[in-house]
Amino acid sequence: MKELTRKALDVVKELGASYGDIRIVETRTQTIRTRNGNVDALSSTRSKGFGVRVLYDGAWGFSSSSTLTEDEVVRVAKEAVEIARASATVKRDKDVVLSPVKPVVSKWASAVKTDPFSVKTEDKIALLLEADRLMAGCKEVKVRIGSMACQREDKIFASTEGSYIEQTKIETGAGIEATAADRGELQRRSYPTSFGGNWATAGYEIVEQMRLLDHAERVSREAVELLSAKQCPSGVMDVIIESSQLALQIHESCGHPIELDRVLGQEASYAGTSFLTPEKLGTFQYGSEEVTITADATLPRGLGSFGFDDEGVPAQRVTIVDKGIFKNYLTSRETAHELGQVSNGAMRADGWNRIPIIRMTNISLEPGDWTLDEMIKDTKEGILVATNKSWSIDDKRLNFQFGTEIAWEIKDGSLGAMLKNPTYTGITYEFWRSCDAVAGKDEWELWGLPNCGKGEPGQLAHVGHGASPARFRRVKVGVGKW
Amino acid sequence: MVGKKLLGRENALDMIDKLIRWSPGDLTEVVLRSDFTALTRFAKNYIHQNVAESDYRVTVRVIFGKKIGSATTNSLDDDSLKEAVEDAAAIAKLQPPNEEFEGLPEPEPLPDVNCFVPETDSFSAKDRAAAVKEVVEVAKERGFEASGAFSTRSAELAVGNSRGVRAYNASTYAALSTVMAGGDGTGYAEASGRDVREIRPGEVARVARDKCAMAQNPVSVPPGEYEVVLEPLAVADLLDYLGRAGFSALAVREGRSFLAGKLGQKLFDEKFTMWDDGLDPRGFPIPFDLEGVPKRKVMLVENGVAKGLVYDYATAKREGKKSTGHGGFRGWGPVPANLFMGEGTATLEEMIRSTKRGILVTRFHYTNMAHPLKVLITGMTRDGTFLIEDGRITKAVKNFRFTESALRVFSTLDMIGREAVRVERTVVPAVRVPAFNFTGVTEF
Ligand SMILES: [Zn+2]
Repeated sequence: MKELTRKALDVVKELGASYGDIRIVETRTQTIRTRNGNVDALSSTRSKGFGVRVLYDGAWGFSSSSTLTEDEVVRVAKEAVEIARASATVKRDKDVVLSPVKPVVSKWASAVKTDPFSVKTEDKIALLLEADRLMAGCKEVKVRIGSMACQREDKIFASTEGSYIEQTKIETGAGIEATAADRGELQRRSYPTSFGGNWATAGYEIVEQMRLLDHAERVSREAVELLSAKQCPSGVMDVIIESSQLALQIHESCGHPIELDRVLGQEASYAGTSFLTPEKLGTFQYGSEEVTITADATLPRGLGSFGFDDEGVPAQRVTIVDKGIFKNYLTSRETAHELGQVSNGAMRADGWNRIPIIRMTNISLEPGDWTLDEMIKDTKEGILVATNKSWSIDDKRLNFQFGTEIAWEIKDGSLGAMLKNPTYTGITYEFWRSCDAVAGKDEWELWGLPNCGKGEPGQLAHVGHGASPARFRRVKVGVGKW
Repeated sequence: MVGKKLLGRENALDMIDKLIRWSPGDLTEVVLRSDFTALTRFAKNYIHQNVAESDYRVTVRVIFGKKIGSATTNSLDDDSLKEAVEDAAAIAKLQPPNEEFEGLPEPEPLPDVNCFVPETDSFSAKDRAAAVKEVVEVAKERGFEASGAFSTRSAELAVGNSRGVRAYNASTYAALSTVMAGGDGTGYAEASGRDVREIRPGEVARVARDKCAMAQNPVSVPPGEYEVVLEPLAVADLLDYLGRAGFSALAVREGRSFLAGKLGQKLFDEKFTMWDDGLDPRGFPIPFDLEGVPKRKVMLVENGVAKGLVYDYATAKREGKKSTGHGGFRGWGPVPANLFMGEGTATLEEMIRSTKRGILVTRFHYTNMAHPLKVLITGMTRDGTFLIEDGRITKAVKNFRFTESALRVFSTLDMIGREAVRVERTVVPAVRVPAFNFTGVTEF
């Protein structure tokens, strides 16, 4: 591979590029899905290819191909320069400048206890089918799904500045869900969380720790109970958010608005921009004193962890919000330079055929010193919401609305009836400023989201979020007509 | 694009023959795709991202009895392809039979639809840059900043199976979208089609620019129920949810659709007619689905009455019906892919003129399904939201959040636009609705 990377970098240098890099990426994925007692998808996917990114005349070009031959590497390298040349015809008033990074030659591999590819496929299927059987007890449950996937990514990054980095990352994920329908109502329940379950940069051990079978009957029972549960009331009240839903809240209302490319307008046409404009850096009160949020690409098991980002910048831990005050963005070499900073290593590409863009690493709410029980006892009137069902937020990331699978009433310090169709809405900074309790380390969990969409052409990133349950005061719940 | 290597019909079908020959399965299915995408992205009046990609994808399903294994590779050399067949066969054997498997479709005559436009195929990075320049120049005339993307794509899809299906199609795609920003407003416009020559960058840019100019000085209007005029981009968003949530035969069978037990009933406004047609060149025609079954036009709603559903091979066979050519989304069942909504007689001006106090919506942003049976959707407005008072647009307003049922919207249409336009795969007119539930407002 070293010859191919050298060839690409030589070609772009000869053609006059001021910077160039190449990534060669090979991924192998296994996906298993069971549905209503059958294995409905069992697939193995392999993809390999390379992408060449260049700066020529101060503008970017990128080309990529799945054909890993020397001829094709030369063609693609030339095409990347050709494309950059076209970019330079509609150029900014100043050239792209990359903040400096020390060239490195290094290897990194994620920690794995049990290689998920070494576990017998029959055993994985048997586990999902057993969970399916346990969910099949109730006749109102119309669709039962179990899913499991693992992925291995081998990646080489080489740049004209002298970096040569080899990384191997193994990820595993699993989850179950039951959808019940009866007399004009439809409800779903899932475990450990919705939309494919939980994921981590880890091996099969995380599937074992989920204990899917211990939860299967409950998931199915709750889906059925929700059919006849009370409708979530409308009003303004306290909301306690369980950690997997809080993970998505962090994702949408903190993770995305701190991406410096959004802030600088580079995503304006698609996902949007950000309310966290540069003059707010260091002074803006994003949340209450209880709220400290970090971005940590070094977190063991974090789905957003790595050794180096796709510009060869080492993984780092950065404080984003410190006791409520907005402190840092997620940056790239190009965007960091705009603020007179150096990159904090958040550039990642979705495979060989995409350019790196700024992506979340593991964005987490740091634990506080409450417990969920104490929070409930301390709440006079409110709801406890769990497990995401729907999400939506405006293009500056201010007005959000979430729906969850389930909620429970809280009245005078104790948990009451189950509620269906819970929704809550707010304005990001007002919401985080209303946070007055965060649970401690013992209830802090790390969640992996394998499907964060951004960019054109579309890219999906694998990112992580840690959170423990937290309480928010006076939130608008029960939105719309039900 | 330089060096692009479309396989061509003969090579693609030869490759499928070869994989089927190698397969030890009782049945075998191969789906082969090639994808050559190029995209130029711009922000704040300059090109900041510019990319190209060349990829292939071969998925082979090997079936023993009712046991199915699937493997995908993006390498086309014999060793990689053989490995994929072996992988698929090996994992097929590891599982219990899938009792819901209904076999693979037989060959049928395929419609002849031209989806490939050489001018789109040969559109270069230079051509895209020239188009972007045109957009940027329009923005600069008003001191605005344009962001957006211009993309072209050439693709091949070939499907074959051991029962004799052999389907091949080459297609092209082109799209331009732009958000213009200036002062405290934004405006949006887009165009897409199989023929890049149908995209007129200057026209797209002027629509976005005029919207942005109109969107200045937005005032905050309290949320609540308003009359609305929804432009086609907004209508397409809601219609897609309605189609996906309701009109899949599998969803109906499983009780996940609002249409379960209600087919043949009048559920919508009598002016509302909707159908799926994968062959109509006004949309994005494609002759067959991922199972190699020809696309058939399906009337979904006629004059407000729910008429039909889309089927894939398995769902159709179970019900003694014929697939409508909506297969291949494994696990999710069939879904409508080329929706059309019938036109009315009104112009946009007439809809505005007949509105006492209402909101004109250019487009929605980040919509999501809050409840599938009610087709309750939440989302934001974006890039051009206006207050209508006494039949005239009087001001720009800050963006709303809505939480509203698409079932309610399409059962209370009081005016429908007389011109349906293409919004990606969906072809829709503008509509006027007497009451629409805005549940929140944002700061811009
Ligand atoms: Zn995201």
